[in-house]
Amino acid sequence: MRLGTVLPIALTALLRNKTRSFLTTLGVIIGVASVISMVAVGEGAKARVASVFAAMGTNVLIVLSGATSMGGVSGGFGSLPTLTWEDLRAIRTQAPAVRAAAPALNTRATVMSADQNWTTTVSGTTPDFFDVRAWHIAKGSFFGDSEVESASKIIVLGQTVSDKVFGPGVDPVGRAVRIKAVSFLVVGVMQRKGQSPMGTDYDDVTYIPVTTFQNQIQGGLQKYIAGIIIVSAISGDETARAQSEISAILRDRHHLGPTEEDDFNVRNLTEIAAAQQQGTQALTALLAAIAVVSLVVGGIGIMNIMLVSVTERTREIGVRMAVGAKPWHILAQFLAEAVTLSMIGGLIGVALGSVLARVVASRLGWTYTPRVDMIVMSFAFSAAVGVGFGLYPARKASRLDPIEALRYE
Amino acid sequence: MTADPSLGPPLVAASDLTKVYVLGDTELRALDGVSLTVREGDFVAIMGSSGSGKSTLMNVLGCLDRPTSGSYSLAGQEVSSLGRGQLAELRNRTIGFVFQSFNLLARTSAVENVELPLVYAGLGRSERRERARAALARVGLGDRLDHRPSQLSGGQQQRVAIARAIVNEPKIMFADEPTGNLDTRTSVAIMALFQDLWRAGLTIIFVTHEPDVARYASRILVVRDGKIVSDTRQEPAVAEQAA
Repeated sequence: MRLGTVLPIALTALLRNKTRSFLTTLGVIIGVASVISMVAVGEGAKARVASVFAAMGTNVLIVLSGATSMGGVSGGFGSLPTLTWEDLRAIRTQAPAVRAAAPALNTRATVMSADQNWTTTVSGTTPDFFDVRAWHIAKGSFFGDSEVESASKIIVLGQTVSDKVFGPGVDPVGRAVRIKAVSFLVVGVMQRKGQSPMGTDYDDVTYIPVTTFQNQIQGGLQKYIAGIIIVSAISGDETARAQSEISAILRDRHHLGPTEEDDFNVRNLTEIAAAQQQGTQALTALLAAIAVVSLVVGGIGIMNIMLVSVTERTREIGVRMAVGAKPWHILAQFLAEAVTLSMIGGLIGVALGSVLARVVASRLGWTYTPRVDMIVMSFAFSAAVGVGFGLYPARKASRLDPIEALRYE
Repeated sequence: MTADPSLGPPLVAASDLTKVYVLGDTELRALDGVSLTVREGDFVAIMGSSGSGKSTLMNVLGCLDRPTSGSYSLAGQEVSSLGRGQLAELRNRTIGFVFQSFNLLARTSAVENVELPLVYAGLGRSERRERARAALARVGLGDRLDHRPSQLSGGQQQRVAIARAIVNEPKIMFADEPTGNLDTRTSVAIMALFQDLWRAGLTIIFVTHEPDVARYASRILVVRDGKIVSDTRQEPAVAEQAA
């Protein structure tokens, strides 16, 4: 007796209980569909993160000042100002791998127009900032070095701030906003950039000259930069070199001995991107694991129904044994039923999961790339679930005593 | 028992068979030292009241059950030492079974029911179908191939079961109360069919508790308390098939 004889018997038995077969399969369908769609969603998230970081610029470095240390408790980088304006100038002029560098002094403040207000980030910087980030203006213009020199009360708005304070679609260039009690002239609006990899809105920010920031918000010029320095390397491949050049310059300028720790921190966004990638990868693995659990639960459903089926068909098993079915014939028959159930579930699950993944991807504006290896794997896994969970009921059936089976009511 | 020169070599040779069921503390001796020889071409009725052990004897002889002790050989093969798979093969090739409650597969056509032993014998689809048709024609159901058990009368269902029993051309057919679920008229028709098959050379052993049915056999064994208490030969009554 070959597969050709077992399979029709199994199929006939399954078709006799269509509703039950379908409901049993549903567990596997849901399991496989969730594996396929979860992995696709995870992959999509990964691709999305990669593209966001690519847009942000892989050649960007951030220099943070040092950490305070009080009784052994570190305040974290940036809590103790150690970077000076001279340091910034040195980075600009002495590091060959650095293309541009700009300070960024940030605070939260409420920006007011005549009738609206919006609390946002106010960032004091220099024109280099726009060069470092490779961000562009949508309306009006950036401020230039002369405005920084003269500490002009002018402001560039992010798109979100412009919408909130002046209303969507209104051109704010030439109009005035107030921050605290100071009136600023709007000279430009940034192009929309969307979200950062950490989910913050890049458009919910305003830029003013760094000197104006110091005068009006911090209250006076200071020796130290109360913020960060943001640097772009001459290319994406040169970030590591730029990083070490900056470190060398700053260690030298801060007179740090060979045994002393850095009183600053240079962060490479490429590394952060890699960390973020790892995060999404872990998330994908987690989602897949949950989906696999549901597939196992589906397998238990199959086992349950197969056990019911064996009990129901005890008499049939007895008849088959009486006319000459060997134990392994009975085993093969019930195993074939379980595997057929789980494989049909696997097939439908793959189809459903692919559709689901496509829908989710298009809703979120991601690209959907089907993972053939995952499809093959989850299908194979569902078949294995059928064998694994079908084996116990099938063995039970094959070990029945023919006489008792025939007597069973 | 007198040896009948018209009979062939021994087909069933059992000596000192016992079958003991242990139910809690009590032992039930369903078979208590049964010795029996059945030659090819015999037509044996096993009689006895319920609980006499006749069904147990039938199951042991039919290789559905194994004796607790004693030796049993069927068609020259010692059976008591065979494994489950080998017993299945013996049932498949050498034995045909007919049951009181027909035991056909529900929602399965007559011809498919008859094909069942051939499936396990490993025959191909077309040969199975051909032999199943022939067997159904032999029991007078050549025109009911695609009927399901629920669409057939009791007598017709038993005929399908008989066709299933003979489709493998067995050496011997066992029947457990084959007329127990049938009315008198149908019972006679079934016994007529048994006699046809017997005359064509099939050895038959059947269990019954009705003397009316037993008189169609050529030999009657009476079982009581797990022992054969009488073994007589007779001229079988001729079962007239009602037209």
